[in-house]
Amino acid sequence: MPTDIDKRRIVQIEEIISETPTVKTLVFKDRLSYFAKPGQFLMIWIPRIEEIPMSVMINSKEGYAAVTIRKFGVGSTALFDRKKGDLIGLRGPYGNRFTLRKKYRKILVIGGGTGLVPLLRLASFASKEKVRSIIVMGAKTKAEVFFEKVTRNIIRGNNSSLLVCTDDGSYGIKGTTVTLMGKLVRDESFDCVYTCGPELMMKAVLDISNQNSIPVQASLERYMKCGIGICGSCCLDSSLVCQDGTVFDGRQLSNMLDFGFSYRDKDGQKINYE
Amino acid sequence: MSIEDKNNNLSVELDNIHLRNPTMLASGILGISQSIFERLFNENIGAIVTKSISVDPMKGYPNPTVIPLGCGSYLNAVGLSNPGLHAFSKELSQNKNIPIVISLVGSSEKEFSRMVKGFDSLNILGYEINLSCPHVSKMGMEVGDDPEAVSKIVNTVRMNTNKPISVKVGVGSIDVVELARIAIDAGANMITAINTLRAMSIDVETMMPILSNRIGGLSGSAIKPIGIRCVYEISKQLQVPVIGCGGVSSWRDVIEYMMAGASAVQIGSVLGSSGPRIFNKITQDLKKYVEKKRIANISEIIGIAHRY
Repeated sequence: MPTDIDKRRIVQIEEIISETPTVKTLVFKDRLSYFAKPGQFLMIWIPRIEEIPMSVMINSKEGYAAVTIRKFGVGSTALFDRKKGDLIGLRGPYGNRFTLRKKYRKILVIGGGTGLVPLLRLASFASKEKVRSIIVMGAKTKAEVFFEKVTRNIIRGNNSSLLVCTDDGSYGIKGTTVTLMGKLVRDESFDCVYTCGPELMMKAVLDISNQNSIPVQASLERYMKCGIGICGSCCLDSSLVCQDGTVFDGRQLSNMLDFGFSYRDKDGQKINYE
Repeated sequence: MSIEDKNNNLSVELDNIHLRNPTMLASGILGISQSIFERLFNENIGAIVTKSISVDPMKGYPNPTVIPLGCGSYLNAVGLSNPGLHAFSKELSQNKNIPIVISLVGSSEKEFSRMVKGFDSLNILGYEINLSCPHVSKMGMEVGDDPEAVSKIVNTVRMNTNKPISVKVGVGSIDVVELARIAIDAGANMITAINTLRAMSIDVETMMPILSNRIGGLSGSAIKPIGIRCVYEISKQLQVPVIGCGGVSSWRDVIEYMMAGASAVQIGSVLGSSGPRIFNKITQDLKKYVEKKRIANISEIIGIAHRY
């Protein structure tokens, strides 16, 4: 068993789960990834094409893990197009983790799209610790809802619940995760809010958490070249997502001018979110 | 900003630049953000060299661009990605007291003169000219291997600034001492040695080169003895300050480079395992060393190995 996380492992894709027409989960065997903490990421090598940071998806088989990819750029499309039996390279898992304090009894988990990946690993940890999770899963429309079954399996028998919402109301509750969160925190109390997804959603989650004085943690995404604190591509203010994150708490996020505002492009220029 | 202690026994002089300690950030590492520069400064760094900046923004090569090889060594072919002259002057425009050296890269005299004209009014210490990046065509080492081009470029930068200029040399086809001499004769004030060394890594399972550019530069612990040799030879032949670079991960490595003849020492790859706090750790350790050895100022050990 390799213990050095920097050492590249070459693994075979053993199973492919089609989540939506543009989202797939690729399952592989790798012990270090199996033991990944919620919020940690892998650098995934698609030979001769790209290497991209991916949050580690949970898998029910012992010793296995997965990545869930949305077809988008060159790297993610190449990974999306991999077939069962193809080889990919891994290094990591890198980064810090979501923390679940001993005193926590009930947490609110808010995810959008593939942002649910680290949150499901967290929910699984929470289930084992007998912490109640209220999971809010958002999508634009019914066809883009995925992970519902795996989420129900993770939280089963723990007095936890899953709330699915769609922007157009074609499935579950009509509205965004943010509007639903507003209602939930008004009616119930939570020990902590955990979020991952589009940055503007996370920014709104931070604002509501701050207004209601609830601790909050978010797992951030940025373009990375190295994943290990050398290239500087993933900086927000003076923090590096790869080395200081991917998880930041409410205090850190509130002090970041770049959070919800800008990111760095491949050449290092600042680009503003629209 | 921390006020420098009058009895600072780690301060060094590089030409007319005063550094509170000999540690510097090597070019190519974390070098694009003013907020990160401030964080490094708070970690007690002596000076910061930015990523190599070109006139136009460069996206660099596709990933993989950085490979950790283990044992403190790394292979990279980032491809000189940088935000370019315009965006980077804006980034540094609010800089007041962070000691920043801008690394410059380009293909022609015209490009270098445009950059120096653009940057010269900023609060910066000076320039480092990258003539040794081993993996980008028509830039870096491809210029460094051409004595005439080196001479013209260094001279152009000299004509456009009164600030100190260091030329970063590497192990290419011209002898490193010869290259350093050409740079100094053309008007450079000091030499930075060395850059990464051309290297490659192939994955045996997929049977493919790992770097997208196939060939890159080796950095980290593996190249330290080569860096020490180059600094030793350059400082023996030329009466100018030399900045050591290559494989520094602890106070011992800093001291070793200084004993070989370096007036300051750049640190880079080790940030991949230790993060920015390594600068504070190394400065604290250097302080312990000079106190233990009863050295009044660390600059007393510069080139001490030349006695033997």
